[in-house]
Amino acid sequence: MNINLTLFAQLISFAIFVWICRKHVWPPIIGAMEARQKEIADGLNAAERAQNDLQLAQNSAADKLREAKAEAAGIIEAANKRASQIVDEAKDQARVEGDRIKEAAQAEIDQEYNRAREDLRAKVATLAVTGAEKILQSSVDQGAHQQMLDKLAAEL
Amino acid sequence: MAGDYETSTEYIQHHLQNLTFGKLPEGYERYDGEVLESATWTIAHGATEAADMGFMAIHVDTMFWSIFLGGLFLWIFKKVADNVTTGVPAGTQNFVEMIVDFIDDNVKSIFHHKNPWIAPLGLTVFVWIFLQNLMDLVPVDWIPWAASMIGIPYMKVVPSTDVNATAGMALGVFILILYYSIKQKGVGGFAAELAFQPLPKWALPFNLFLELVGLIAKPVSLALRLFGNMYAGEMVFIIISLLPFYLQWTLSVPWALFHILIITLQAFIFMILTVVYLAMAYDHH
Repeated sequence: MNINLTLFAQLISFAIFVWICRKHVWPPIIGAMEARQKEIADGLNAAERAQNDLQLAQNSAADKLREAKAEAAGIIEAANKRASQIVDEAKDQARVEGDRIKEAAQAEIDQEYNRAREDLRAKVATLAVTGAEKILQSSVDQGAHQQMLDKLAAEL
Repeated sequence: MAGDYETSTEYIQHHLQNLTFGKLPEGYERYDGEVLESATWTIAHGATEAADMGFMAIHVDTMFWSIFLGGLFLWIFKKVADNVTTGVPAGTQNFVEMIVDFIDDNVKSIFHHKNPWIAPLGLTVFVWIFLQNLMDLVPVDWIPWAASMIGIPYMKVVPSTDVNATAGMALGVFILILYYSIKQKGVGGFAAELAFQPLPKWALPFNLFLELVGLIAKPVSLALRLFGNMYAGEMVFIIISLLPFYLQWTLSVPWALFHILIITLQAFIFMILTVVYLAMAYDHH
């Protein structure tokens, strides 16, 4: 093992190799690797973000669905209430109408009754005079007994 | 293969001999008896000549294979970097990204300051050393034999079994340790760190000695750990290849499998310790 000029020649070639490696080999390779690393990291981040967005969208869709269901249930309930209300109203109306008809009929009956009674009353005097004439076999002076006849009719 | 040599010792020595191009002094008597008239730059024949060249020599095989492997590393990674896609990676990009990610994770877990040089440094250290070590798994005789066919006498194909290669890298790391220590703490702060701890100020010489040894030990241990492991591994492969060829696989296959672990582990350790030392240079103690 002789130490000679080879030592310095090796030192110089070593320095040159390191310099070339530093200037022309290392930066592009490590740059590409770091760029790729960043790309992958970005891709993973984007995927995660998309996953989150999807989750949010799913949640909001579920919320919307629930709201819609609740609304529909509300509408149906309101409709049912309205329907029963209408039925009740109709019932009430019918009852009122019935009462009204009944009252009218009653009034008509009363009216007929009163009229009949007036008729009867008017005819009572005649009947009574006729009856009395038959009994007395003579005519009765209607004018003389008018007072008594009116009294009779009023008693009916 | 070992049959081509007169003794096993010669075979082993031949395999441990770098292809050395260096300067022999005037009046030097070469292996074949030739006496040089003037100082000459030439290829060393044998260990003695290589040693006699002293410091003014260069290991051509180490330089060739380490630069070739470093270039291979940068070529593959650069091709991926040019066609890099942030979409779904395919083929080589997958593999390259796996390594880059591995380095980046380790650096991030150890080095908590902002410095765009540390991670590329770690990547270069790891892959380059791994490729250098990987040459150990090429059967020991193949490339030297092919080289001898075209007239190259010596060929040591694993650069990390050459202490110059590992020490060269460790020296680079050491310079960075010093640079970042001074940049972060200032010359005074760095000197104070060396002089005024672990004991109080009155023990300055002792502190300085302790801390300097600790500081020097960083590059030395980096260089020698890698060199020692790979050299020993290579040596075992060479010794195994002294066996008759029909028996070699019984040892070389298990050792190669085990060695896969070692070459990866050593590359990893060098890388991690580099990052740790630089993180320590940043931290105030």
